[in-house]
Amino acid sequence: MTTTAATDAQIERDAEGFFVHPEQWTEAIAGGIARENGIRELTNRHWQVINFMRSTYLETGAAPSIRTLGKASGVPIKELYQLFPKGPAKLAAKIAGIPKPRGCI
Amino acid sequence: MTELFEHGVPLTAAPQTIEKVSIIISRGSLEGIYPGLMMANGARMESIDANLFFTFFGLDAINGAKHEHVRVATVGNPGLHLATWAGGFPGVSAIVTHKFAAEMEKLDIPPIPEFIEMIADSGAGVYACKASVDMFHLTKEDFIPQVQDIITVGEFYGLAAGGQIIFT
Repeated sequence: MTTTAATDAQIERDAEGFFVHPEQWTEAIAGGIARENGIRELTNRHWQVINFMRSTYLETGAAPSIRTLGKASGVPIKELYQLFPKGPAKLAAKIAGIPKPRGCI
Repeated sequence: MTELFEHGVPLTAAPQTIEKVSIIISRGSLEGIYPGLMMANGARMESIDANLFFTFFGLDAINGAKHEHVRVATVGNPGLHLATWAGGFPGVSAIVTHKFAAEMEKLDIPPIPEFIEMIADSGAGVYACKASVDMFHLTKEDFIPQVQDIITVGEFYGLAAGGQIIFT
């Protein structure tokens, strides 16, 4: 169990930094996680992806695929990779406080 | 200065992660094309640099007139457990391909044209093999716009330098 440096709260994250309990996430924490992963500031476009990621997870129990992210989040694939250079699906999931996506696609 | 070795390899030289993959797609069947596309897309999702190099019948995947008509090989494909004579009947290849496409759609795996566009948009390089292009009497106009260039084997090795090469 690790607690995040991004916040004082006792938040449990896995070895790679994904939230173990998504309900522990708050919007205020997101910026700190983004900075840990090389994103200096979360723009409205980042938030569009993060919110989509989180609402999809809460509705379906799984993170969206990169294809769904590109089609339905309102942010096209090219821009997704610009916003989250270390891989949009995983990094956005981490910032959105949901478990690591397990899909191959 | 003492150097630490493990299995004859200096420990300091051992890479911890894969930084770049260059994937060769050489076959023109559905089952010949998808694995390479999955590997390339998966690499980009992990922020690994990726190049796709299409050669021989693999060129069908980036040929604008053919990439929507790629099929599962139903003859000479023991994995299907279908008698060769049955696989040769008209329409069998189309039906089997349709079934595969439906299963993949359920898993959110896109059709080949959309998949290659997605991979190109993710920043991967898409290239056609010059020898194959010449052999099939094709030109750049025959290919989808995502194809960045028609390159020689030597140029491919140049692009692949410092990374892993995967042949499919």
